[in-house]
Amino acid sequence: MKTDDLVAMLATGVMPVPPDAANRRVGLALLAGVTVSLAMLLFGYGLRRDVLPAMALPMFWVKLAYPLGIAVVAWVLVERLARPGVLVRRAWWGLVVPVLSVAAMAGATWFAAPEQDRLPSLLGGSWRTCALSIGLMALPIFVALILALKTLAPTRPALAGAAAGALAGGLGAALYALYCVEMAAPFVAVWYGVGILLPTLAGALWGRPLLSW
Amino acid sequence: MAKSDAEPVLHELFVRGLNGDAVAYRSFLQELSAHLRAFLRKRLFGWPDEVEDLVQECLLAMHNQRHTYQPGQPLTAWVHAIARYKMIDLLRAKSIREDLQDPLDDDLAVFAESATDASDARRDLRGLLDTLPERQRLPIVHVKIEGLSVTETAKLTGLSESAVKIGIHRGLKALATQIKTTL
Repeated sequence: MKTDDLVAMLATGVMPVPPDAANRRVGLALLAGVTVSLAMLLFGYGLRRDVLPAMALPMFWVKLAYPLGIAVVAWVLVERLARPGVLVRRAWWGLVVPVLSVAAMAGATWFAAPEQDRLPSLLGGSWRTCALSIGLMALPIFVALILALKTLAPTRPALAGAAAGALAGGLGAALYALYCVEMAAPFVAVWYGVGILLPTLAGALWGRPLLSW
Repeated sequence: MAKSDAEPVLHELFVRGLNGDAVAYRSFLQELSAHLRAFLRKRLFGWPDEVEDLVQECLLAMHNQRHTYQPGQPLTAWVHAIARYKMIDLLRAKSIREDLQDPLDDDLAVFAESATDASDARRDLRGLLDTLPERQRLPIVHVKIEGLSVTETAKLTGLSESAVKIGIHRGLKALATQIKTTL
């Protein structure tokens, strides 16, 4: 086929494209993924029993704000990385704010605590399962985002995959925080961090094979 | 056409094309293919035979991904990013990246020059089209090649109108995937 014939073929009967189609796909994927994850949380794990009194504690909100902060920045990254020729610019730096704030809180708690309380504040009662549970909560969101990104055009698929992983991980961790009763900053900084890192690494590794177009 | 003139003209045609103006869209693709040809010819000078195939692959990719363009964004950047992505893909497939003279440069001079003298593509897109399943091939042949309307095609093929539209969309995506596997 000659290039002129291809041009004619592509232009003939061309349909209008709704503006903002790309962002809408990412938004719908998030809606679908979060719905499934929320159902998993409510019916599989359940809310923490003391959820109402816990809401009076600042740490309850830190546990939500930390992963949600990461998710918001990662959302911006995903929308930029999903489009050819859109620069990410300084949006990366947004990730530094929640990570460093919680790391500073964890450091302060760690060093202010007497020696014998330090390790318990890091391991809590659930360090073995926390990161994996967050990964599980992130999974439906991650899958939905990857499916949405497959209909878009990331020219840096590994980075786009990683950003999708961080977004899924952040939202998964925020949901998991409604179940998890750990309230020590060192625990949250490390194990929530690892939990968010798991889908991020999965996205970085599988981004190229899954998202190439 | 110089780079500074090309951007606003192409942008205008493209945006009208995104709104469904087939005539504007056709001139856009026509102009675009000339720019892509000059751009790729310069960077693939060792492989002149690959140029026209890659021009076609880029055109198909840009058509399939046109929903990822934001009207406020410089068109140059969007076109350049896709052309560069497809070029790296080709080079990776040939695994000759090291031997190339600076093919992966980051300048955005994709509209700097234009070449209208198309050589023949070696890959037969029409042949690839014939390998698609009927529910994709027939809508493309009737609507996109013979120029029938979606309604006429639906009547002719017995498919619903939305099935015709989906068939075109999926078929053109499948065509791009076919190209990748035959690289």
